[in-house]
Amino acid sequence: MAAPAASHGVSVEVNGEQVELEVPARRLLVHFLRDDLGLTGTHVGCDTGNCGACTVHLNGEPVKSCMLLAVQADGARIATVEGLAADGELTALQRSFNEHHALQCGYCTPGMLMSATALLERNPRPSEEEVRVALQGNICRCTGYVNIVEAVVAAGGGA
Amino acid sequence: MTTVTEQPARTLEKGYVGQSIPRKEDKRLVQGLGTFFDDVRRHGMGYVHFVRSPYAHAKIVSIDVSKALELDGVYGTITGDEVAISTDPFFEMSVEPGGNIKDYALAVGRVRHMGEPVAAVCAATRELARDAAELVEVSYDELPVLVEAEESLKNEVVLHEDAGSNVVWSGVFEWGDVDQALAEADHVVRIERLHFNRFASTPLECAGALVEYDRGTGEWTLHCNHQMPGIGAIWMAPSLRVGIDKLRFVTQDIGGAFGNKICLHPQYVVLCLLARKLGRPVQWTEWRTDQHTANAHGNERTFLDVEVAVKADGEMTGFKVRALDDCGAFPRYEPLGCIIWAQVTPGMYGWRNIKVDFTQVCTNKSPVSPNRGYSRMQHLWLTERIVDIVAAELGLDPVEVRKKNYVKTEQMPYETPNGCVYDSGDYAAALDIALDLVDHGSIEERRREAASRGKLLGFGIGSTLDSGTNNFGQSTLLNPDLQFSGNNEAASVKLDIFGEVVVTLGTVPQGQGHETTAAQVVADILGCSPDQVNVRRGHDTWFNSHAGFSGTYASQFAFTGLGAVKGASELLREEMVQLAAAVLQAPVEAIELADGMARIKDGPEEAALPFMALGAIVNANNAFLPPDFNPTLNHRYVCRPYFGMVDTEKKTGQLTLTYATQIHAAVVEVDPDTGEVEIVDYAAVDDCGVRINPQIVEGQVHGATAHAIGAALSEEFVYDEEGTLLTSNFYDYHVPHAMDMPPLKTGAMESPSPVAPLGAKGMGEGGGGGIHCICAAIQDALATAGKPIVSTSCNPPHRVWAMLRDPESSRAGVAVVSK
Repeated sequence: MAAPAASHGVSVEVNGEQVELEVPARRLLVHFLRDDLGLTGTHVGCDTGNCGACTVHLNGEPVKSCMLLAVQADGARIATVEGLAADGELTALQRSFNEHHALQCGYCTPGMLMSATALLERNPRPSEEEVRVALQGNICRCTGYVNIVEAVVAAGGGA
Repeated sequence: MTTVTEQPARTLEKGYVGQSIPRKEDKRLVQGLGTFFDDVRRHGMGYVHFVRSPYAHAKIVSIDVSKALELDGVYGTITGDEVAISTDPFFEMSVEPGGNIKDYALAVGRVRHMGEPVAAVCAATRELARDAAELVEVSYDELPVLVEAEESLKNEVVLHEDAGSNVVWSGVFEWGDVDQALAEADHVVRIERLHFNRFASTPLECAGALVEYDRGTGEWTLHCNHQMPGIGAIWMAPSLRVGIDKLRFVTQDIGGAFGNKICLHPQYVVLCLLARKLGRPVQWTEWRTDQHTANAHGNERTFLDVEVAVKADGEMTGFKVRALDDCGAFPRYEPLGCIIWAQVTPGMYGWRNIKVDFTQVCTNKSPVSPNRGYSRMQHLWLTERIVDIVAAELGLDPVEVRKKNYVKTEQMPYETPNGCVYDSGDYAAALDIALDLVDHGSIEERRREAASRGKLLGFGIGSTLDSGTNNFGQSTLLNPDLQFSGNNEAASVKLDIFGEVVVTLGTVPQGQGHETTAAQVVADILGCSPDQVNVRRGHDTWFNSHAGFSGTYASQFAFTGLGAVKGASELLREEMVQLAAAVLQAPVEAIELADGMARIKDGPEEAALPFMALGAIVNANNAFLPPDFNPTLNHRYVCRPYFGMVDTEKKTGQLTLTYATQIHAAVVEVDPDTGEVEIVDYAAVDDCGVRINPQIVEGQVHGATAHAIGAALSEEFVYDEEGTLLTSNFYDYHVPHAMDMPPLKTGAMESPSPVAPLGAKGMGEGGGGGIHCICAAIQDALATAGKPIVSTSCNPPHRVWAMLRDPESSRAGVAVVSK
């Protein structure tokens, strides 16, 4: 039997731009984004898929990019935190994070924003409970989630 | 938010200070445009992976790196033998026996905890470095393992042969006369054993650095997330046998630290050696499992043979205790934890007679490091456990007994039995705010309602102090030969050529919002908007804006960090006024700085110079300035708080300068079938004096509360008898998620500090109030179920369930002798 290929061509759309690259077969999607594409806004906070700092959108769905190989994203559409304010204007959610002091160190923030953006896309006016459920895969060690939840609820127009 | 605001005696006029202006840092961070150390790239850099011990205690028989070196793309390796030749052991702070411990950057001859680095591999990619590390063959001879401090004390197995004992440091602290207090007491309450469990704040960003070596100058640059570079350099430079000027620390954004990024010097020395040896930049990013296994745990502490003197009316006059601290395999920042607790010796209480017999030992567990609430939190947990156990055993009300024994506001400033000065506060008033927030009056009714649903409801208080701005002279109470005392922090402020106000800090923020609060202070002094003030991100040794103790730790930015900013801004302001007076040909008293201009007060509109004009004159258009007037518009200021000397005989002194108050109150419901604890109501009240930015203060309160809730209910580093860590990642070590956090109510009051430059006290660490109040609430909830005593700080369901099943065994260690 032939040895498995050590690398594969990967073609993905990242934040609206088409990218084609040969990547090692074992490279994680998060390291592909960070190390190969220089999109360092997506962070790594654990090695077990618990923390959600690496959350990106894969074909519109939030996924943990440390739990996927880059080759598994072949043909997919990916959105990262850098794509949120691509036109230079912060989104309502990003502004809300600033206004509500929903970040301290900012390390979990990209993942939080991507999970919350996906929530707001499918549920534009989430309740506090719905926000907490949607963010339970994202760990924050600074804020106790209080202001994050408030910021997401407010961005959805809730009080 | 409930705010009870006394009129603070501000040294600044009302302006931006005191306002919740949104943070300046956020704009980059919400776009993923922050720069964390792992984002930094260099051409030709190598990735480092550590080879770690699978054993808790073993002799290293041999290390063979040849197979790793054969792999294509591996740049090189390093082992303990090489480290032992090319470096000196790190400086130890303890007297003997701990002072004789030899701690190198890699294990030399023996491993003493699971995950201890024994070698490192550097390769072209992260993946390759990891693969190559797998090929390093290490042969070990296992040794007997010590995981319990009380076992370690027996010295049947000794971890450090050079020390000849597992004891790092021991000493007796006694203030007042506790034996007399016990003899004169109406009740003596005895508690045999209390145990503060091992946990850590586990910042989401792990440790790491990218290190470059310049062969021409012999200088290293560390792009890193060390939170205390001043002290880091003091450890590293002598070990590397170089001057401190050879180490440049650069930090940018840091993904949380909480004290856990203070003891990174062993790993950083390995990186320095590899960068020099391999002639290329090297990068190391710690894995989560490695951080949990082998970096920075909080101090674990056992309190033995507690005796408390109580008068008939509920007044507590003193206590004594034996404290046994477990610092893990190496005393890295230790034995400082053996004295730091003494900043809050009597907690918030009027106890005048206290005796603490303190011993710290090594065990085969991860080394500890400072961890949010460092060492005081453990001690405050003790004082709060004492109060609630005494209250429960003597049938006293936990609120009334606190109010009776709290230091009173009219006693402020209050000198503790060991010479610390509680600067300001009104503890009883803060407690009342907390009680209101959780509707304390309805507790009994809620208890009955919960009982009707089969739940046990309990209420608890955690009253704590966050002592800030520490006096390094307290280290001499442990080791009189140490040459540390006082504290300092630096900042520089300049007006640049186009009128830009540029601030550099010596501090190393990790989410505390220093860029914003510093800008608020500068803006008020210079009469401009915080938007006009550019506070440089992070710390850079080359900015010359640091001092010997620079860093972000010990709840002190509000004092020393902002004190330095204030001092530098005032120097700049003075020059700007002088310059404007010279240019506008007016007396200096007539000049005011406002709206980004220097102008003549009540003068004509044209009698005004925008900052740009001032900056341009000095920096680029200065020929007309007289020779005896040489403004630089560039000022560095070092804030050096005054402490006086400590008394090493009496073990007294001003160990720290400010004391922020935190009162936490929790209402919990316990499921008697499962032992599960649900927090149904929670309030945290903070009094940190003047709040520079109330929203940031509240954010710190939220964060400290979340850490405490995690520590109280789930977070624990659990070891088996072989010294294997069983909770080495976020699966097994459960930190609070959004669904775990109860709604938090916060309250605040402001008792300005009379000693701090801005009246503001450090408050970021909190005092672990959440741990204390949840322990108290669980004990209260179980009062009708056999009245067990909560004797551990972490109470996951299995421990609560055990208390419910067998309340008697927890009660066996508690006794009351009444006269």
